[in-house]
Amino acid sequence: MRDDRASILNQSASQKSPAPSPLSVRDLWVEYQLERGMVKAVRGVTFDLRKGESLSLIGESGCGKTTLGLALIRLLVKAAAIRRGQITYRRNGRTTDVLALKERDMRSFRWRECAMVFQSALNAFNPVLRIWDQMYDTIRAHGGMPKGQARENALRLLGYVQLDPERVIDAYPHELSGGMRQRVLLAMSLLLDPQILILDEPTTALDILTQRTILDLMKRLKAQLGFSMIFISHDLSIAAELADRVATMYAGSIVELGPVNDIFYRPAHPYTLGLIRAVPTVTGEFEDLISISGSPPDLIDLPSGCTFHPRCPYATERCQGEEPVLTLYEEDHAVACFHSDRVRREADVMWKRHGDQPAGEV
Amino acid sequence: MAEYLIETCNLTRTFGSRREQVTAVDNLSLGVHEGEVVCLVGESGCGKTTTGKIIAGLLQPTAGQVLYQGRDVWARDKAGFKGYRLGVQLIHQDPYASLNPSHTICQTLSAPLLHHGFATSHRQARERAAELLEIADLTPVEDFLTKYPHQLSGGQRQRVSVARALTVSPSFIVADEAVSMVDVSIRVGLLNMLSRLKESLGVTFLFITHDLAVAKFFAWEGRIAVMYVGSLVEVASTPQLVSDPLHPYSKALLAAVPEADPVLTRRKERIRLRSQDIPSLLNLPSGCRFHPRCPCFEEGLCDTERPGLTPADDNRYVACHIAARGVGARP
Repeated sequence: MRDDRASILNQSASQKSPAPSPLSVRDLWVEYQLERGMVKAVRGVTFDLRKGESLSLIGESGCGKTTLGLALIRLLVKAAAIRRGQITYRRNGRTTDVLALKERDMRSFRWRECAMVFQSALNAFNPVLRIWDQMYDTIRAHGGMPKGQARENALRLLGYVQLDPERVIDAYPHELSGGMRQRVLLAMSLLLDPQILILDEPTTALDILTQRTILDLMKRLKAQLGFSMIFISHDLSIAAELADRVATMYAGSIVELGPVNDIFYRPAHPYTLGLIRAVPTVTGEFEDLISISGSPPDLIDLPSGCTFHPRCPYATERCQGEEPVLTLYEEDHAVACFHSDRVRREADVMWKRHGDQPAGEV
Repeated sequence: MAEYLIETCNLTRTFGSRREQVTAVDNLSLGVHEGEVVCLVGESGCGKTTTGKIIAGLLQPTAGQVLYQGRDVWARDKAGFKGYRLGVQLIHQDPYASLNPSHTICQTLSAPLLHHGFATSHRQARERAAELLEIADLTPVEDFLTKYPHQLSGGQRQRVSVARALTVSPSFIVADEAVSMVDVSIRVGLLNMLSRLKESLGVTFLFITHDLAVAKFFAWEGRIAVMYVGSLVEVASTPQLVSDPLHPYSKALLAAVPEADPVLTRRKERIRLRSQDIPSLLNLPSGCRFHPRCPCFEEGLCDTERPGLTPADDNRYVACHIAARGVGARP
C-alpha cells in the first residue's frame, strides 16, 4: 500500500522534472523514547525533493517538522531512533543510502552534500571564536580544503550574502546583529557547496525588515547556486513567499503536498484550509478569521483513525476508524483525507468571498 | 474629542549608568480613548515593551507623565496609585514564564481576588475564578481549576493569564505580544476572545505587537501607532495605515511583510532602504532617526532637523518632513 503510494508520487515527480530528485524519502518513521511512552514524531513520511526546488514544510509546533529535518541528516538526539524507512540521496549519478552510511562518511555527507541551518542564529555560534575560525573549523570537520582556498571561499560567500567580507570574517559573533549572524550562517552552510540546504525556521527571530533581506537573499542564492532547499516554517507567509511546493505536516505525517498555488488556493486537506483561514494578511480589507478548534494532539497518545479527526469539521465515522494515506488527488497534488472534495468546495467559496480569484498563475 | 482614558505626555525613559545612557523611549505622547484599541507596532528593541511597562505602572518614566483618567499617576497618593495599578493590567508575552508553576490555576486566580478584596472567602474566590475561566473559554471550568500550568498548552496558559488580568476588573489592558508565542491555529481563537472582552466588558486595549497582520486584525476599528527607535513615527486609523501609510518607515514595513498568499506576496512592490542597519541606541543618528535608511532622505533637512509628530489629514499624525509636506498637496 505504502509502496504504491510512493511510486505514484514518484511517477508524477518524474513527469514534471526529468532530473532525478536529489533526495527521496520513503515511509520514514522516527520515534522518541520517553519515560511516559513512545513519541511518534515522524510517521510514514514519503516525498521526493526535486532538483533546484524549494520545498516548504509547514505545520504547528510539535508536528514533527524539525525532527524530520534532523532525521534527513541523521542528527537526532540519543532518545530518538529512525524505526523504519529509507532515505536515498543522489548526486551526479551516484546513489547513496543515507541510513546505511557509517558515522565517518556521514560527517562528510553533512555539509558537503546536505547542510542544515538551525533555528536561532543567535545561539549557533561559539561566542569566543572569530567568524573565520568557525568557518575554517567547519571546513576541516566536514571535508577540508587548503587554508588559502578556504579563506577565499569564505570571503566570496560572505560577499554573496551582502556582508562586508573583510570586516565580518574577523569579527566575533557578538559584534554582529541578528540579521548579520543569520547571513553568516547562510554563508557558512554553503561553504562546501552542498546540493541540499535544510533551513529550520530561518527568519523566525528576525525583525520584519531584516527578514525581508534574508528572504530576498535566499531567493537570489538559490537561483545563483542552484541548490535544492527544504525549509521548515510555522509561518505560512514565508512558505507563500519562497516555496515552489508545500508539504503540510500534522501529527508527524505529511497530510498534503502540492505546488504552492494549489496548497494556498485549492487546498484539499481540512487542516491546510484551517491554517489558511486562521492567518490574517496585511494588505486589503478586514477578513473574518476562523481558528481551528481544539489543540494539536499528544504524539504519545494519538487519536485513532485520522489524527486530525477530533478537530475536523468534516469528520465522519470512517475518519475515526481508518487513517487516510497520502494519495494523488490531482496532478502533482497529493492529500491524505477522505473528504477532499468537500474541503475543496469550501476553499473555492472562501476565495470567492475574498473577491480575488484563486489566482493560479504567478 | 473625548477625554483619554490613558495618556502619555512626552514620556521618556533612559536606562544605564551615568557614563553610558540609552534612551529606550524618547518623548512619546499617545492617548487612548475609553473603549478604544490601539496597537503599538515596531521592531524589536524599539521601546514597545518599555512603553507598555510604563503605561502599566511597572516602570517609572525618567521624564514626562502618564495620565490615567486625566490625573498624573506618579503624583497620586498611595490609594490613588493603587486604584490606577488595579485599573491597568498587563498581559505578558511568555505564558511559560508568567504563571507560578507551583500554584494551581485556582490559586493563581484566587490570590489577587482575595488580596484586593474582590472576594471575601476562598469559596467566593473559587466561584469568581470559575466565572473568569468561563470568560476566557477554558471549559469545562472544573477541569482547569485544579490543574497546574505544566498541564496546560501555551494557548491555554495565555488564557489563564488573561483571566488573571481580569480578576481585578481592569478598565485598561496592556497586552504585550500576547499571542506571538501561540500556535497559528489557536492564535485567532485567542484574539477573538480578547475582542469579545472589548465588547462585553468594555475593556480598553493597548496591544503591543511586532506583527502587522495581527495588529490589523485586532485593531481594525482602532488605531495603529508605529514606533521606531524610541519614538512614534506615525499614528493613524488601522484601515488608513495598512492601505495608505504616510511615513516611509511604515511604508517600508508594510512592503516588507510577506503575505500568506503566494500571488499577492510575490507581486508586492519592494521598497529599497538605503541601509539595512538598525541604529544603535548608544549612537543615534542626528535629525530624523530614520534618515540613514530612508529612501526619501533629503540632505540638509532630514539629517539636521528632527521631525516631531504633527497632525496630517483625517486625524492622523506623522513624524516626517517629506510626508508632512506631501499631505498638503494631496487632493
